[in-house]
Amino acid sequence: MVHSQTDLEFSPPEPVAGEDPTAGTKGRTPVSGGHLALSAVLPGFGHLVRGEWVVGMVFALTWAAFLGVAFIVWDRIFGVFGGPRTPFDGVLAVGTLGALLLVVWGGALYDLAVRAKRPVKRYGDSQWAIATRHFRRNRIAVAGLVVMLVLYAVTLLTPLIAPFDPAAQGDIVQTRYLSPSFEHPMGTDKFGRDVYSRVLYGSRISLSIGFVAVGLSVLIGAAVGSVAGYFGRWTDTVLMRFTDMMLSFPRLILLIVTIALFEPTIWLVVIVLGLTGWMSVARIVRGEVLSLRSREFIQAAKVLGMSDARIILRHILPNTLAPVIVYATLGIGTTILIEATLSFLGLGVQPPTPSWGNMIADGRDALLTAWWISTFPGLAIVITVTAFNLLGDGLRDALDPRLRT
Amino acid sequence: MISYLIRRLLGAIPLLLGILTLIFFIINIAPGDPTARYFNPNVAPEVIEQMRRNLGLDQPLHIQYFRWVTSFARGDFGNSFGQMRPISEILPTVLWNTIQLMLISIIIIFVVGMLIGMYQAVRQYSASDNFLTVAALFFYSMPSFWFALMLILIFSLKASQWDWPIQFPASQMTSVGYEFMAPGEKIWDRLMHLAMPAIALGIGSAAGIARYMRGSMLEVIHQDYIRTARAKGLSERVVVFKHALRNALIPIITLLGLYLPVLLSGSVVVETIFAWPGMGRLIVDAIFQRDYPLVMATSFVAATLVVVGNLLADVLYAVVDPRIRTE
Amino acid sequence: MEPILKVSDLRTYFRADAGLARAVDGVSFEVHPGETLGIVGESGSGKSVTSLSVMRLIPEPPGEIQPGSKILFRDNEGEKDLARVTEEEMRHIRGNDIAMIFQEPMTSLNPVFKVGDQIVESLRLHQGLSKKDAREKAIDMLRLVGIPIPEQRVDEYPHQLSGGMRQRVMIAIALACDPKVLIADEPTTALDVTIQAQILELLNRLQEELGMAIILITHDLGVVAETCDRVIVMYAGQVFEEGSVEDVFRDPQNPYTEGLLRSIPRLGSHSERLAVIPGVVPSATEWPTGCRFHARCPYGWEKTAQEEPPLFEIGPGRKSKCWLVEHPERREEIRRETGGFTPEGALTGTGASTPAAGAPDEGVDVQARDREV
Repeated sequence: MVHSQTDLEFSPPEPVAGEDPTAGTKGRTPVSGGHLALSAVLPGFGHLVRGEWVVGMVFALTWAAFLGVAFIVWDRIFGVFGGPRTPFDGVLAVGTLGALLLVVWGGALYDLAVRAKRPVKRYGDSQWAIATRHFRRNRIAVAGLVVMLVLYAVTLLTPLIAPFDPAAQGDIVQTRYLSPSFEHPMGTDKFGRDVYSRVLYGSRISLSIGFVAVGLSVLIGAAVGSVAGYFGRWTDTVLMRFTDMMLSFPRLILLIVTIALFEPTIWLVVIVLGLTGWMSVARIVRGEVLSLRSREFIQAAKVLGMSDARIILRHILPNTLAPVIVYATLGIGTTILIEATLSFLGLGVQPPTPSWGNMIADGRDALLTAWWISTFPGLAIVITVTAFNLLGDGLRDALDPRLRT
Repeated sequence: MISYLIRRLLGAIPLLLGILTLIFFIINIAPGDPTARYFNPNVAPEVIEQMRRNLGLDQPLHIQYFRWVTSFARGDFGNSFGQMRPISEILPTVLWNTIQLMLISIIIIFVVGMLIGMYQAVRQYSASDNFLTVAALFFYSMPSFWFALMLILIFSLKASQWDWPIQFPASQMTSVGYEFMAPGEKIWDRLMHLAMPAIALGIGSAAGIARYMRGSMLEVIHQDYIRTARAKGLSERVVVFKHALRNALIPIITLLGLYLPVLLSGSVVVETIFAWPGMGRLIVDAIFQRDYPLVMATSFVAATLVVVGNLLADVLYAVVDPRIRTE
Repeated sequence: MEPILKVSDLRTYFRADAGLARAVDGVSFEVHPGETLGIVGESGSGKSVTSLSVMRLIPEPPGEIQPGSKILFRDNEGEKDLARVTEEEMRHIRGNDIAMIFQEPMTSLNPVFKVGDQIVESLRLHQGLSKKDAREKAIDMLRLVGIPIPEQRVDEYPHQLSGGMRQRVMIAIALACDPKVLIADEPTTALDVTIQAQILELLNRLQEELGMAIILITHDLGVVAETCDRVIVMYAGQVFEEGSVEDVFRDPQNPYTEGLLRSIPRLGSHSERLAVIPGVVPSATEWPTGCRFHARCPYGWEKTAQEEPPLFEIGPGRKSKCWLVEHPERREEIRRETGGFTPEGALTGTGASTPAAGAPDEGVDVQARDREV
């Protein structure tokens, strides 16, 4: 194409192939009512009929799996409501199973009905849209997320799917120290309790303590960090010196000293974990606040006469969210490890309540003869923490523009 | 350089004072009383009262605090309730045992971690790089006490069951008959006893260092001065091990300071499992025995170790980075 | 005189996600002993990749010097094809026979080593000097490149020196082993104007004293005019024009060269606005068919869009890659009709808002490219 020099008209740039904003709808033929009806009866089959094999199989298989679980534990579902009193965890488990079924069913319908019609937005410009795209490309991180979701689902479903009562001892002489078998996939412990069931029940402690404690840490850390960074001067000096001091204390020693002097209960463990884990968050938030404080929009907010609290809460903290989310995800992994350590030392969750840490401690006595008692809870910890770390790494890669390539 | 060090040293003093205060605070808000272990129908209340007076517990809080801080500053940690002897007598050997363990651990951490990280950086995106990344994350996510138990199970218990040529001792610092060994044998015996605890203590941190080293090395390897080094005709070995490594080390040195608290925390568990008579085990024992003076002294020493380690990291930092040294 | 370096049909390609990037695509040129050859072009024209290819510093993978490329280097022992010698032999040549200085003096020196040691390293490697002798020589080199109190500077670290001083140190490192060819990749771009002049003067003086050949890579036509004997103009990975600086500047034969020259301000001329080359250099993964410049060229016609012109020999040492060599009448016609390159050119181009030719060649860009493509 030769450009004539006299042509003064500005010609708009021609659309380049592949940048067509409606490109996402290509290849999806219109959805008929029949497809929707089929999907409503058999989730995923609507997709399969249309030739969308992968999506269809995922929906169909998950649906089948959840239905299968529901069918197998049918008796227990009724047992939950039939007994003299209705156990909370049982209700939660039934609710979870129902919710999972509903999500798959609705998801399949939604995907057919809504997403097919709406053009896929390819040029999301918000920070989160970009991060989502980056995250989805990172397969290992997505695997971490999936494992984490499965773990939480399993935790909630535990009362329905655990084969035995975690405290049931049975005939100790006959059932103690049984090596892994079909009936006891992870063997039995010295009281003849099923290790697999106990691992399932133990997951509740680990997964919930990590969440709550890190949540507490993030709250404290965000408060300390934003106040220190925003007000600067001596406030900053005092708070950050205190933070440094807390950081130079070996965390586990601080924890065991504190917990041992009081009575070890789950709540104490959670609170103390939260109180000793906020320092990194404070540092991250402070750093972000310092760099944000001098930016124009904060100056503008000040000129408009907004209060300090409002500026911090509305304008500064939301902007520090990304690194804090990354830290929190990685922090949950660390917290699970520490909780397990405390329980192992006898300072965390107290027997007979199963937690992965105290189960490993139980297995110490018979390590050689019954290796499975300690091995399987440990593997559960490794898998869980690895999933959180993978997810955290993936989030960091997706949320940190400096790491993006 | 000298003034830099003096500045850092002076900065450590308020830090230590703060740590002392924190320990005092925690112990004092805890329910119960240091004399609680003696509560016993056979002990007359007057005796308990006398004990409280002897310990200064009848004094107002600020006087207790002031006395305590000044005696700590003089190096007087008081007497252990449990062992009935001055803490300053107990601490040195125990501290030395822990330092041995941590030193070996640090060597493992940095040598293994750095070598793996460098290897990964040089082979970025290769199959072995990906494998090592996942493997490092796996070890990073592993509880050290569980890893320690697995080591004992395999390399000590099962090894002796299966008659392996090399079996590691599962506990203690010395074998039976240590006193009668020749000096060379003694060192070997000690190293054998150190092997598993040191690995269990260091494996997670080593994986962390490998991850950092990989990132740091990758960043350095794309710098202009590496191209300059190649343009001089230097071999790839010199480029990587001299020009790149020296620069990649700078951020890693800072990690040394950060990993010390982690190692001390880890030593609590690892020493308990391997029955290693060090600080970590002493702290746990003191806590379960409610031996308050010992708890205070040991946690203070642990925190001090961290502060000293951080100072050491600062010195190393200045040694490696001329931009700090010459300022 | 025999050329000391003879590059022929050099093709350096990179594997990228977007496809095969033909960054350097059939470049040939010669360098004679003692002369200064300028290589000019916009960002992405392949001039930096050309120089890195000569040094064999292209990261492989993703880059690869294609078979058939020849980089013939002549030394006392005879001729070697640098495209084929082993890495071992190449290391012997790098920094010794052919040396290179880079654009960013601030980041091109290793921050953790003393500047003296960075010179000594080269001397000990290639000339086998003792530690003491190498140090003496390093001080001499620092003095030679005009660093005051070299005995003291030799023990300083790069961060203690200014940008101009660091570039002098880079030159000292490069010249320490008395190379026969010095490749200077944008040596003055990152420096202040006054320092630029000093460095160029230094290079000129050193060339007179030491007699090496210099390949000067730059986007700055002023620098070329001041320092070079001959110049090659590169575009889209190819040589578009070649000739003595005087000939090329006075009477550019290739429209691309013409566009470049018309886009720089000139003292004493009173033209109202500078001419602009419309658009930007196309991507190396998808060079246009025909002449790679045709879409941005005011003289283009059907033939230029379909057939790629050869590099015509149009006089002694004078070459131009353009069909106008065979159709000189077209040039006059277009000039009469539209005036050739005009300020308005920018408005009709597809890349109306993108920087035009002659815009500073950002080092970061070039390096990022080298890594990513």
